[in-house]
Amino acid sequence: MPDSYKYVGSKVQRIDKDKVLGGAEFAYDFELPGMLWAKLVGSPYPHAKIVSVDYSDALKVPGVVAVFTGEDFPFKVGLYAADRDVLARKKALYYGHPVAAVIAESLDAAEEAATKIQVEYEPLPYSLKVEDSLKPDAPIIHEEMHTYKHAVFIYPKPGTNIAHQTKVRKGNVEEAFSKADVVVEKVYREPLLSHYYLEPWTGIARVRSDGTVEVWSSHQSPFAVRELLSKSLSIPMNKLVVHHLYTGGGFGGKAGLLLEHLPILFSKKLGGRPVKLRLTARENFFYMAQRAGYLIKMKTGATKDGKLIAHWGEYYLDAGAYADYTVNMARAIGLTATGPYEIPNIHVDSFAVYTNKVPTTAFRGFTMQELHYAFESQIDELAHKLGMDPAEFRLLNVFKPGISRTAIGERLKEDAGDPATPIKEVVKMLSEDDEKPKKPWIVRGKGIAAFWKGPFQPSSAASSAIVKVNDDGTVDVLVGTGAMGQGTITALTQIVAEELGIPPEIIRVSPHRSTDMVPYTWQTVGSRGLFSEGMSVIMACEDLIEQVREVASIVFDVNKNMIEYSEGKACVKGEPWHCITLKEAALGYMNPKGVTVGGPLIGRGYYVPPRNVLTDPETGQVLEEGHLAPFYTFGAGGVEIEINLLTGEIKVLKAVSVYDTPAVNPGLAEGQVVGGTVMGLNIAMRERLIYDEEGEYKGVFPEGMLLNPCLTGYLLARASDIPEKIEFKFLGVKQKDAPFGAKGIAELTMIPWPAALANAIYNAIGVRITELPITPDKLIEEIRKQKPELLEQAEKYLEVNL
Amino acid sequence: MKPVRITLTVNGIKRELDVMPNESLLHVLRDRLHIISVKGNCFRGECGICTVLMNGRPVKSCQVLAPEADGSEIVTLEGLVKNGEPSLVQKAFLEEFGYQCGFCTSAFVLLGEWIINNIPNPTEEQIKEVLNAVVCRCTGYQQIIKAIMKAAQWKREGKS
Ligand code: FES
Ligand code: FES
Repeated sequence: MPDSYKYVGSKVQRIDKDKVLGGAEFAYDFELPGMLWAKLVGSPYPHAKIVSVDYSDALKVPGVVAVFTGEDFPFKVGLYAADRDVLARKKALYYGHPVAAVIAESLDAAEEAATKIQVEYEPLPYSLKVEDSLKPDAPIIHEEMHTYKHAVFIYPKPGTNIAHQTKVRKGNVEEAFSKADVVVEKVYREPLLSHYYLEPWTGIARVRSDGTVEVWSSHQSPFAVRELLSKSLSIPMNKLVVHHLYTGGGFGGKAGLLLEHLPILFSKKLGGRPVKLRLTARENFFYMAQRAGYLIKMKTGATKDGKLIAHWGEYYLDAGAYADYTVNMARAIGLTATGPYEIPNIHVDSFAVYTNKVPTTAFRGFTMQELHYAFESQIDELAHKLGMDPAEFRLLNVFKPGISRTAIGERLKEDAGDPATPIKEVVKMLSEDDEKPKKPWIVRGKGIAAFWKGPFQPSSAASSAIVKVNDDGTVDVLVGTGAMGQGTITALTQIVAEELGIPPEIIRVSPHRSTDMVPYTWQTVGSRGLFSEGMSVIMACEDLIEQVREVASIVFDVNKNMIEYSEGKACVKGEPWHCITLKEAALGYMNPKGVTVGGPLIGRGYYVPPRNVLTDPETGQVLEEGHLAPFYTFGAGGVEIEINLLTGEIKVLKAVSVYDTPAVNPGLAEGQVVGGTVMGLNIAMRERLIYDEEGEYKGVFPEGMLLNPCLTGYLLARASDIPEKIEFKFLGVKQKDAPFGAKGIAELTMIPWPAALANAIYNAIGVRITELPITPDKLIEEIRKQKPELLEQAEKYLEVNL
Repeated sequence: MKPVRITLTVNGIKRELDVMPNESLLHVLRDRLHIISVKGNCFRGECGICTVLMNGRPVKSCQVLAPEADGSEIVTLEGLVKNGEPSLVQKAFLEEFGYQCGFCTSAFVLLGEWIINNIPNPTEEQIKEVLNAVVCRCTGYQQIIKAIMKAAQWKREGKS
């Protein structure tokens, strides 16, 4: 950012200070007088017919008000694919699937009663693996798929377990492979993951006597929650108010369909009394959607002069029992197909496949971490096979804005960004201060990965903003975006301060909002918040400035183009004594004789992506010249690691990343980069939801159960687990139609790490790991398979040293 | 089970309460005293976000039975602002962007208080060791560590 900006580009403190000073309120904390508590009861089978539910004993527990089962709510809910029961009906689709709910005067009573509900099941054959779900004789998880409502760009396959398929067809892949000098074909896997946001999902709802439904919940996107509830429950939007408090982390897990429909429906049945459903961390693993699993098959070909010419792929998302949001993710990974590289011949199919696991949804990066893990591993392998430097090979093929066409035939705009420089920078940053490892059984390696991503949203995804001046000259900004910690509201404050030329201290962007009080925004996802709301508030500020200039031109009786606005006032050009301040014009300017000019100042702005278009269902190609997203952020990441050949442990010495965009607030940007780096590396090395997919523990654990729904089993990074050094750069390359040139970064910071890590391992020891997480035991196992001599040698060193 | 009478001094105010013998301190603080900065997540000692200071030492309040806390002095985030003036640790968290979603923040600020009161010149390693008690999914810890380093330095310099 150039120094000419006063607030944009500088480390303005976060505006949500109450999180540090006390008093910050989350849905978790929210209560209403006379509130009831809900508790859910989950299925102990991964797939089973519900024969009967007996809750007579539960109703006898003092304080219990009602018990509900699936049959009380005979309809489906969902956004992209309405495949979800309110509570399981007829059959339970996964271990933990809520089959009944108890409502009571206290949480204790609800908990006690929940243990007294007797459900009789008839177990059904089940599938815990994509491969099994695709077999011709697989148990069909959604027999009624043909009756489900879905978005126009979703293509389910009734009679199978395929919830959606996306196709990308470009050029002639077979012919291209016959011309390729090197071909790499591999299968990559990632397990289901948990977002593990710290605030377990919570929702409180009540129905007012006039029929207005109000809900307070832990979500990312208040307007998406409203849209979903309105559609699913047939409530008109003017009778449905979604309240947004602080959200304690989301990472995509609070983007799609959450559980708001439950307290709403319970409240409706109970005369409108407020009902609260607050999950425990353990319940959150079972009742909230988790991240999909991945099975990615890829075959990529290049010529000996280093040109990528062919790519074939089948990308399968393990969607679990409900695929509502995952169908759109399958679409995202398919249409992005090849990472930031131009390849003329492509044949890719992507699928969302039902299994009897916990339902799945979006996760920070919306499939891009997973795609890049696979594709950047392919790139690395190809480079080695060609005997080329991996960075050089990338630079030969990476997109050239203004020239390149993406996998879907979209021509990147001239100012789309800079895909190449981050690759070069990352290599430079990794090459500094090289040292030798201290022990002979410890080896070092370096690896990089390039990446790109834009928000994957409907072509119409709109945002809007209102900027209003208060009587005393302070400013309120109304936006619809969610505040789950990313810092957008602080960055928006900076943008308004810059636009209006007033200090941030006199601007308020409320962290809390209600859908009936603030203007619309589509969603708070895809790293789009700052970009889309930023564009909207800029337009709103411009609108407001026009209004002040108008007033000033009338008051001073000059042509409007003689009025200049800066630093909170509108003045006649060359006559700085003839000015009207924002405060004076706030409610209309009153002249000394009492005549008022203008009225309350309210600026309005909006943003709709220009020329975003849909894609062809058969080829995945854009239907006409246009774009899939309003911006793409480009970057690269790299790691330097040490591998202990005796234990398989990996230590990340250095993690570096470079982003082409400018940063609106370096303090917030650092938070995103460090948080994303730590999360991405942890996913690379530790995280997985464990299911007994191979049936090894039959009889030991309940069948089909998620085996690690807790932090002793699901390992999050702790302070001591972070890399020794985390370095990053923002190149400041501006997009013209972006707020101060800046593009989104929140998800981008997490994308490159698994790929960079796998490439660093290959660089160190020539072993390729194609499955996450890369745990010490997996690494040792792979070394034993691929390079057993390394282990022998390491053990010999140890003997010598002992 | 019969209720037990206990006395707690919470953020300087003495309270007498009748609690159940199997009730956690977390439950007392959140559900009886409505101190909302004290969060819960796992209720089994894993996440650490229910941390409060008990007689000056960090404890996971979900793992302390209310009767065990009888007679003790409890400090939560709310108790750190004195006469409208935030503590050094709070100021440092604001300056160093030591938080994002804020759900874990009260626990880390309180750990920071313990660190600067007990380790005058903490190293990064020492800070990390203490912070390992609590998880944060957002920040990647680095800005939290920087904030605590800064608060410790301010304290050494005699800033208030
Ligand atoms: S709530 Fe997790 S440790 Fe207390
Ligand atoms: S700031 Fe969100 S969990 Fe720590």
